[in-house]
Amino acid sequence: MADGVAVARRAGDGPGPVAVLAGFARALRAAGVAADHHRTQSFLAALGHLDAADGRDVYWAGRLTLCAGPDDLPRYDRCFAAYFSASSAVRRVRGTTVSVTRPVATPYGGGEQEPAGEPGAPPATASEIEVLRHRDVARMSEAERREAHRLLALLRGTRQPRRSRRYRPSPHGGATDARRTVREILRHGGAPARLRRRVRGTRPRRVVMLVDVSGSMAAYADTLLRFAHALVRAEPRATEVFSVGTRLTRITPALRHRDPGLAMDACSAAIPDWSGGTRLGEEVRALLRLPDPRGAIVVIASDGWERGPADLLGAQMARLSRLARRVVWVNPHKGDPAYRPMTAGIRAALPYVTDFVAGHSLAAYEALAALLAGDRPVRRAGTARKEGADA
Amino acid sequence: MLRRTTTISGIDAPARLAELLDHHDYLADEGVTTAAYLALKMGRPLFLEGEAGVGKTELAKTLAAILDAPLIRLQCHEGLDAAQAMYDWDFPRQLLHLKAAEAAGVADVAALEGEIYDRRFLIARPLLRALETQPSVLLVDEIDRADDEFEAFLLEVLSDFTISVPEIGTISAATPPVVVLTSNRTREVHDALKRRCLYHWLEHPGFDREVAILRRRLPGCAERLAADVARAAGRMREAGLLKPPGVAESLDWTEALLTLGAAELDPALAAATLGAVLKHREDQETVRAMGLLTPGGGRG
Repeated sequence: MADGVAVARRAGDGPGPVAVLAGFARALRAAGVAADHHRTQSFLAALGHLDAADGRDVYWAGRLTLCAGPDDLPRYDRCFAAYFSASSAVRRVRGTTVSVTRPVATPYGGGEQEPAGEPGAPPATASEIEVLRHRDVARMSEAERREAHRLLALLRGTRQPRRSRRYRPSPHGGATDARRTVREILRHGGAPARLRRRVRGTRPRRVVMLVDVSGSMAAYADTLLRFAHALVRAEPRATEVFSVGTRLTRITPALRHRDPGLAMDACSAAIPDWSGGTRLGEEVRALLRLPDPRGAIVVIASDGWERGPADLLGAQMARLSRLARRVVWVNPHKGDPAYRPMTAGIRAALPYVTDFVAGHSLAAYEALAALLAGDRPVRRAGTARKEGADA
Repeated sequence: MLRRTTTISGIDAPARLAELLDHHDYLADEGVTTAAYLALKMGRPLFLEGEAGVGKTELAKTLAAILDAPLIRLQCHEGLDAAQAMYDWDFPRQLLHLKAAEAAGVADVAALEGEIYDRRFLIARPLLRALETQPSVLLVDEIDRADDEFEAFLLEVLSDFTISVPEIGTISAATPPVVVLTSNRTREVHDALKRRCLYHWLEHPGFDREVAILRRRLPGCAERLAADVARAAGRMREAGLLKPPGVAESLDWTEALLTLGAAELDPALAAATLGAVLKHREDQETVRAMGLLTPGGGRG
């Protein structure tokens, strides 16, 4: 087939077929597929069982060994077609939209992130921090914002644990652990020994956070992503973060960088729809179909300027509230005392929201972190709204 | 006449495996065939992901039938531990043995200890059973439901096909079992585990393949009915439902229609049997509102 000819042709003027195939894996890595050394070895081993001169066999051997998820498949197809430049033989495998990553300026600093705590800026004093804590992020100066980001990076993003199904030994009380007790008896040659006990362990409760990166949220998106970063750093295996705008993008891997600046860079590279509109209804629906929100705390950070139909958002929120442990809606505008939830989107969603909180200042983010950690939030009379199903 | 069962060495090309799968009524496309062929030949676990009902579990069952090997299934859930997945000691029998030895007046403590931790007191759970049964097909079903701790157990077993029991030593498989892992992708499985596997994303079948599957699995099904069901199921998958129907659901639906004696999908029958294919009230309403049940409906 044409592809096989392409492999041979590339091998002909280059260093040989193995180098050509390894080069393909390298091209894939550049395209964002995690085709590491181990996987490349598997790729070559797989081709040993197939016909390396047949393009279809090369295609499948590579797809089965080098890809790790459905997101990789469109990238793989594009890369395969480009590398072996015989696209006719490769049909498109998935009908998903292909996301094009383009560098887009973050709301501040044009995508260049200075590391937090720059040598030039002296740390703020206690009273300055107190003032800063209550200032609206959107109205901060560049220096203040840097300081706020530094403080945000220090935030503890832990959360209330949930009971696990896994048992652990307990020195005091709990159910009898028959296995360990009998084992103990055996160790003592059959003489009755002390009863061993076990209790259920705990695990961090999963948090799924949706960060609205549409145009109307531009002033807060960066800070919200930094808050999400603090959550991911505290519990990397129990946190999922998605950016929402015109589409749902999983940005958890980008936020796994320890350094907040690098994590923000990775985010802006990963999010294809900065400063577009919001179609939250469709995205909550997408969320309900992929990562399971069952039992999780779902945090939605958005101003609710919904472009899609409000009743769709309402229906999806209803379903979400039935699956999730708790639905927290963070609205940056709620910090304004004159704010009333008037937009159609937020009015449709509110009945299904467990906690409706502000998200404009450091103090608000601290309160949110405390809410997730299981403390009750400090509520001012008349501002907190609690309706709908509380799991 | 093709032999219905064979050994791995008897399968010498993906095309041959496709024939065998076909004989066992599993109509596989090129991707599935190549994936399964490489899994058999390379001795690698096959990691299958895809929406519910696309035939992940069915593939493992069919491979077991082809190889005439027992299918050893491990259904994953949170809190699954080594004692449930790998092995456990038969404590009551160990105690009985100890008492019997005591009654017989055995004085050699060291020898007695050795006897207690003998292989015959070890209960093999699915993973150990798969290593000790040859040939066998091990199905680790819905790995995404298990937790991280379990993935760590699984890593050791799947990379070396050995299980170490501290009291006995290492038990390893002479020839590794064929391993199929499935995931519905409700969470990301750790990359360390995926790296050891061949990864395949299963899609819903296209129209022609689905018609062929329905007719093959339900011999009483006429071409007309199969085509109607496949067309309706295909449209439902594009309608953005909470739970798009898989092949398993279209099979159920067709079976329900056949039971009612249907020769084609008419709107009244479709509405009456909708519960066989869509299991959410919201989905049923969406489909009714879109007019997907009337013949030719929802096309524009």
